[in-house]
Amino acid sequence: MMGKLTLSAIPYNIPIVMGAVAGMIIAAVTVLGLVTYFRLWGYLWKNWLTSVDHKKIGVMYIILALVMLLRGFADALMMRSQQALASNGGAGYLPPEHFDQVFTAHGVIMIFFMAMPFIVGLMNFVVPLQLGARDVAFPYINNMAFWLTVVGALLINISLAIGNFARTGWLAYPPLSELHYSPGVGVDYYLWALQIAGVGTLMGGVNFITTILKMRAPGMTMMKMPIFCWTALCANILIVASFPILTATLGMLALDRYLGMHFFTNSGGGNPMMYINLIWTWGHPEVYILILPCFGVFSEVIATFSRKPLFGYKSMVYATACITVLAFVVWLHHFFTMGSGANVNAFFGIATMVIAIPTGAKIFNWLFTMFRGQVEFSVPVLWTIGFMVTFTIGGMTGVLMAVPPADFVLHNSLFLIAHFHNVIIGGVVFGCMAGMNYWFPKAFGFKLDERLGKASFWCWIVGFYIAFMPLYALGMMGMTRRMDRVDNPVWHVYLIVAAGGALIIAAGIGLQILQIVYSIWKRVELRDLTGDPWNARTLEWATSSPPADYNFARTPDGSSIDAYWEAKRKGTAHPNPAASYRPIHMPSNTGTGIIVSGFAMAMGFALVWHIWWLAVASFAAIPVLIINHSFNENRSFYVPGDVVARTEAAASR
Amino acid sequence: MTVQSQVVGDDLLLHDLEEEAHHDDGSMTTLGFWIYLMSDCILFSAIFATFAVLHNNTAGGPDAKSLFSLPYAAVETGCLLLSSLTYGMAMLAMQRDAKAQVVRWLGVTLLLGAGFMTLEIHEFMDLIAQGAGPDRSAFLSSFFTLVGTHGLHVLSGMVWMVVLITHVLRRGLTPENRTRLMCLSLFWHFLDIVWIGVFTLVYLSGVAA
Amino acid sequence: MSMHEGIVPEEHEAGTYDIVSAVRNYLIGFVLAAALTVGSFWVASSTGLVYQPGIPMALAAFAIAQMGVHLAFFLHITTGPDNINNVLALAFGVLIVGIVIVGSLWIMYHLNANMGVPGELMDLHMQP
Repeated sequence: MMGKLTLSAIPYNIPIVMGAVAGMIIAAVTVLGLVTYFRLWGYLWKNWLTSVDHKKIGVMYIILALVMLLRGFADALMMRSQQALASNGGAGYLPPEHFDQVFTAHGVIMIFFMAMPFIVGLMNFVVPLQLGARDVAFPYINNMAFWLTVVGALLINISLAIGNFARTGWLAYPPLSELHYSPGVGVDYYLWALQIAGVGTLMGGVNFITTILKMRAPGMTMMKMPIFCWTALCANILIVASFPILTATLGMLALDRYLGMHFFTNSGGGNPMMYINLIWTWGHPEVYILILPCFGVFSEVIATFSRKPLFGYKSMVYATACITVLAFVVWLHHFFTMGSGANVNAFFGIATMVIAIPTGAKIFNWLFTMFRGQVEFSVPVLWTIGFMVTFTIGGMTGVLMAVPPADFVLHNSLFLIAHFHNVIIGGVVFGCMAGMNYWFPKAFGFKLDERLGKASFWCWIVGFYIAFMPLYALGMMGMTRRMDRVDNPVWHVYLIVAAGGALIIAAGIGLQILQIVYSIWKRVELRDLTGDPWNARTLEWATSSPPADYNFARTPDGSSIDAYWEAKRKGTAHPNPAASYRPIHMPSNTGTGIIVSGFAMAMGFALVWHIWWLAVASFAAIPVLIINHSFNENRSFYVPGDVVARTEAAASR
Repeated sequence: MTVQSQVVGDDLLLHDLEEEAHHDDGSMTTLGFWIYLMSDCILFSAIFATFAVLHNNTAGGPDAKSLFSLPYAAVETGCLLLSSLTYGMAMLAMQRDAKAQVVRWLGVTLLLGAGFMTLEIHEFMDLIAQGAGPDRSAFLSSFFTLVGTHGLHVLSGMVWMVVLITHVLRRGLTPENRTRLMCLSLFWHFLDIVWIGVFTLVYLSGVAA
Repeated sequence: MSMHEGIVPEEHEAGTYDIVSAVRNYLIGFVLAAALTVGSFWVASSTGLVYQPGIPMALAAFAIAQMGVHLAFFLHITTGPDNINNVLALAFGVLIVGIVIVGSLWIMYHLNANMGVPGELMDLHMQP
């Protein structure tokens, strides 16, 4: 009846895990209790959980990302402290099987459930506003995509309390991840969490490509789109082109584990290297999925705060497009050492170095945008400058490893770890933070506190360098990744320093939370009534903050690159609000997305624990619900003109 | 409800919008669906690549030559090809607003799809009975996965077809239902294209090798 | 009927729509596709009539030609201005499909050649 699931699946005897579980349960009960106490369930369900409003979905994505950042960062602190404690003869406090789960969970959470939701959340919130659109192309699919991502995150967190998580590293390489070597449920949690979340990501990708291609404001040709929309378009093209490969690859690993097939096993003619080949065919585009939208954020921020148009708009577009294509021909550099030989390695090594060229062009574009501008050193700009310095260093160490012979020395060492944290923290995390500080006033109508934002930035950047520069050195000295203990006393001091850096980053994260809480508390002082607190350039600032559900009372004009700046210059930015308005056609909310995701969750859990009846029943329920939804005729409604007039009058008061 | 461009400033108040439109005249859905099909195509490409890499890894078990029969594959191919034609006829009937004919042609397509699925399931059961199941070797794993994934797509296309027949019978050829028929048409023809890859790589190359 | 401008060209105007030529179009496509299918089955099953090493090339040619026929006659991919998004998406899709398949084969072929451990041998080394 319950498959493999028994009470012994709950790890009572491991105090660290039980502590974390208790913390999670207390937090969840507190939140649920408060929601119940204040009778917010109806409000939440109607206005948020079932919402098809891209702005609310964007906010929910970012909340998910921030929560998962805390979870993933807790894992990071555990790894740093364990290695610091267990590098000088000590044993530390984490046994190997626990440490292995920690580094796997850290990687999976940070990439799939922190960085991805943050990026997708920013795109959700910003892209339709920048396009001058009322919504996305497929609002209902957008809602479902979000909830499927949540299901993946929940499954991973459940694995902490019930059973365990994979001990394989974040990409679950076979043969280690095959049934023979990983007989537990850990890899199964990994597989179904990523498969379900991956479907959501793919749906989001289709939605955003269609939105960008089809819903731009009148006059906005492709080459007049804000640069963030361009980078979002390219990132979503990469999503649609690469996530199916991940789905297929993980699907084949699941078939190996569930049906005894032989794709990647050692026996039966399987070939584990094929998995590594396929997973990186997805994996390399994935890093550009994360970084390209951040490039877009930096471009918007730097143009706004330098009070100049972005330098080299066209070259920025072409560079982004180049990266999109080149992202698909470099994947072998993740496994130079696998043995494909000189010709293959040379091709992929050179392709990897080539990709640095468009990226370098972008750095120069940002520098030239700042050159002779009136740069205002606001929080988003600090993140941007921090990014330019940090990302350039990370990029250079990347080019270094693109040289195959050098990679043979550095492969799987801490040098690699330092490199990719250098680009992912320096690029993606800084980009997300810049974006959050930049667009927060648009989402909520008040700014985030500047002082705390700056303090958080300085902790992050200083902490980053202290945490990761020692890892470059350790990598050069030969320390490999994913070791729960080492007995080389020379490395001890570096690991202590790195752990100190992680603590400084922790302070940065704490200040960030404080920044949000404090800003909510001081929201009256920080209020922005103009809708345009930064004197910005693109259309999202042309409407009130927060924007009405329908975004724009009238469809704006998009016929120049900095459309809102142009309108402000001509004095046409804010047409008379007293005039009459036409009714606005809007999509209706639907609960189908969250209900379907609930069944997907049950299905994932049942598959992990081999509870077949539940898996079959919940799998069958999903198409039934979707088909049922297709018979729903009430999918949209009109906001009457006088309601629009009242809303606009209230917003411009 | 096309929005006129070159509207600047106060002209905005005067320009000839019938309403502040939210969306879709159907072209958005078909474009989105087409993009989804491209991603599906890439999903298949990963499985095709795996089959191509693993097809010689028979682990001492049976190979393609000893397992597959070309006439059988030819009948399967015929079913699918014919069903592409009959779906095309359904689309032409839709353009003539001939609801009854749309339903009839969809029914014929559904039968051909069912014929294809019957043949494929029979083939799978037969192979498993011979001891050439998906757990026998990497070659057979990738064979069952490639052909089975295509089969699952055909099956979901058939479920969709039943749903659409219901929609058309209930509400007629509404704009929404036309868009849906269009998307299923793309899906169905796309599956036939994938099948060309399957019979060429799996059956023909396997038997000819 | 301006609904599905994009993929099906016959759908432009209800008035100008010509049923006979539309049916003929589908039938031509069907006959061409059937002929190419028969051709490829014939190449694969005839022993000795075709130069043996050329068979894979011939099969690939038949398959690609037939895919083209399906795209043109059933999916109605044309290069009109309305179709630019669809054609670009298709082109990019085909590019990625090509990269994934060719790249994987290239990498795995060299890997097997260099590492000298074909699947069968691996079995002996690393049971299970």
